[in-house]
Amino acid sequence: MSGHSTYVPQSAIGRWFESRLPILGLMHGSFVSYPTPRNLNYMWTFGAMLSFMLVAQIITGIVLAMHYTPHVDFAFASVEHIMRDVNWGWFMRYAHANGASMFFIAVYMHMFRGLYYGSYKAPREVLWILGVIIFLLMMATAFMGYVLPWGQMSFWGATVITNLFSAIPLVGEAITTWLWGGYSVDNPTLNRFFSLHYLLPFMLVGIVILHVWALHVVGQNNPAGVEVKNVQRDTLAFTPYATAKDSFALVLFLIVFAWFIFYVPNYLGHADNYIEANPLVTPAHIVPEWYFLPFYAILRAIPSKLGGVVAMFGSIAVLAFLPWLDTSKVKSASFRPVYKVFFWVFVLVSIGLGYLGAMPAEGGYVIAARILTAYYFGFFLLIMPLLGMFETPKAVPATIADAVLAKRGNVVMNPAE
Amino acid sequence: MKTFKSIFTAALILGAAVVATTSANAAGEVEKPTRQSWSFGGPFGKFDRGQLQRGFQVYREVCAACHTLNKVAFRNLADKGGPEFSDSQIKALAAEYKIKDFDDKGEPIERDGRAADRFPKLFVNSDAAAAVHGVAPPDFSVIAKARGYSRGFPLFILDAFPGMAYQEHGVDYVAALLTGYTKPDDLNWNKYFPGHAIKMAKPLSADQVAYADGTPTTEAQYAKDVSAFLYWAAEPKMEERKRTGLNVMLFLLVFAGLMYFTKKKIWADAH
Repeated sequence: MSGHSTYVPQSAIGRWFESRLPILGLMHGSFVSYPTPRNLNYMWTFGAMLSFMLVAQIITGIVLAMHYTPHVDFAFASVEHIMRDVNWGWFMRYAHANGASMFFIAVYMHMFRGLYYGSYKAPREVLWILGVIIFLLMMATAFMGYVLPWGQMSFWGATVITNLFSAIPLVGEAITTWLWGGYSVDNPTLNRFFSLHYLLPFMLVGIVILHVWALHVVGQNNPAGVEVKNVQRDTLAFTPYATAKDSFALVLFLIVFAWFIFYVPNYLGHADNYIEANPLVTPAHIVPEWYFLPFYAILRAIPSKLGGVVAMFGSIAVLAFLPWLDTSKVKSASFRPVYKVFFWVFVLVSIGLGYLGAMPAEGGYVIAARILTAYYFGFFLLIMPLLGMFETPKAVPATIADAVLAKRGNVVMNPAE
Repeated sequence: MKTFKSIFTAALILGAAVVATTSANAAGEVEKPTRQSWSFGGPFGKFDRGQLQRGFQVYREVCAACHTLNKVAFRNLADKGGPEFSDSQIKALAAEYKIKDFDDKGEPIERDGRAADRFPKLFVNSDAAAAVHGVAPPDFSVIAKARGYSRGFPLFILDAFPGMAYQEHGVDYVAALLTGYTKPDDLNWNKYFPGHAIKMAKPLSADQVAYADGTPTTEAQYAKDVSAFLYWAAEPKMEERKRTGLNVMLFLLVFAGLMYFTKKKIWADAH
């Protein structure tokens, strides 16, 4: 993709094919000879895990769809049929349900990595924005997937979230009715959510291909945050170096994944979703899946419905503007002593918002959620633009090779520029 | 730098304060169930067949009058990893139930149950059940997973971790509820039920069900046995799952070790 390929097929058939459709060369250039910065740490292995999870979710999902019935009268029973009567059905379902959580664990690590090392900064703006689109699609897919088992949380979660659109002035009610396919969450809603839940992952695959393409045009960022200057000195071939490292990290990730599937499969779920949906009984607390909790906390922190909806969507949309909100010349937080502190506070704030999202919206919880929401937006809209102007970064290594050598301690680092 | 350290400390203190006040708010609700020791808890847990069989007996003689078990088939009671009744026992049991069906002329009939049938419904729908009982008694197929309680921060985090893993909130709640009728003058008051006023009057009392294996016939024992049975009904593949999990874990740990040394060898010439 980036023109690094020096691929020459060994066989005559290979050469014949390559001159007609150079797809093997494309693969070779992207996943074998592709140069990766030699100083990447293990935070750069989450991309491989995310690719794995996307494929795993699609495969388990396709098998589950063979046995699932998208109808309000049969959906809940068909999920139990999968758990009881389908060979390895319990495995497919637990792998798919926990797989969604693992997918989000990996994507949050990947995003915090980008935030820490300034991976969104030039020339990676498009790469980053594609990532934000992937995140949005993932959230939509996960939300609709959670509705399919048609438990109490499925139904009431769908009701709460679709109702958010009714806050839009003038057309809100009409949009909500259109989304539902009726005047409440009912069979038409379940049917379209199933259809879209099957469609969106394939759209995700498309955007992921663009994301990888954009990555391979601009090259990977790295912990030093300096660009590759000399391919020989600064990089290593993707295969075998990155392949081996990613594979090792992926196996560790699979151990965690397997732990959830086989030993604590319901830990991340909610007991109420084992009660079949009942439009006449509202659960005591309507809670979304854990990966939506920080955004749910932001939604409820704002006293007005429309304001809450705007803040919630804004909290994700703001990410797309990071490349221009961050005014710092230095990418990596390793050389930004002040930003580093604000970054770690941001991580704690995000976790805190997640905790508050699971608590009832009353008393001290609301006040705390407002304080943390203020920091969430302040971090992006005030701290990032101002810090770039006032912070004095530490000396940045001139090249990636220097950064590696400095870490080993045998060469004195040259100050940058 | 010092100012930022203090900002950081301030944030930590604020966070701790939030947690402290919020957990104080949460207190004063219903009492939390006691954590029982179950044979099926933990990564190597297995059901106690005798307990499942006794639990089924309690279900059948006490609970089944009002509570269905729609997702469970009679044949499941003979499945490996369950109560493991014999095939002839299942055949005899199924035949005691009447199943609504149609004959070959399309006329509605009632026939004897077969092993492949699921436990029949008691009412056409939940409205009919509610008309008789006041509220519709919940189906018991997944009740042990459909109930639960939170152990609160920070214990709920530990519940996920190896060595401390705790998945039995639901079954502990059910066992606690069945023994939570602690006001002898009010049989609809329950210590563990949210709001305490429960429609189901005290269902169990000592010597109500005759055990054949000499197990004490106390209320607490009945509650434990039937709860264990309901956990199996909700997770009939649990033994298969945990057994498979052990194989998967052993494979992955060895594989991880091999990958670690492979990666190390490949990277040896890179730095």
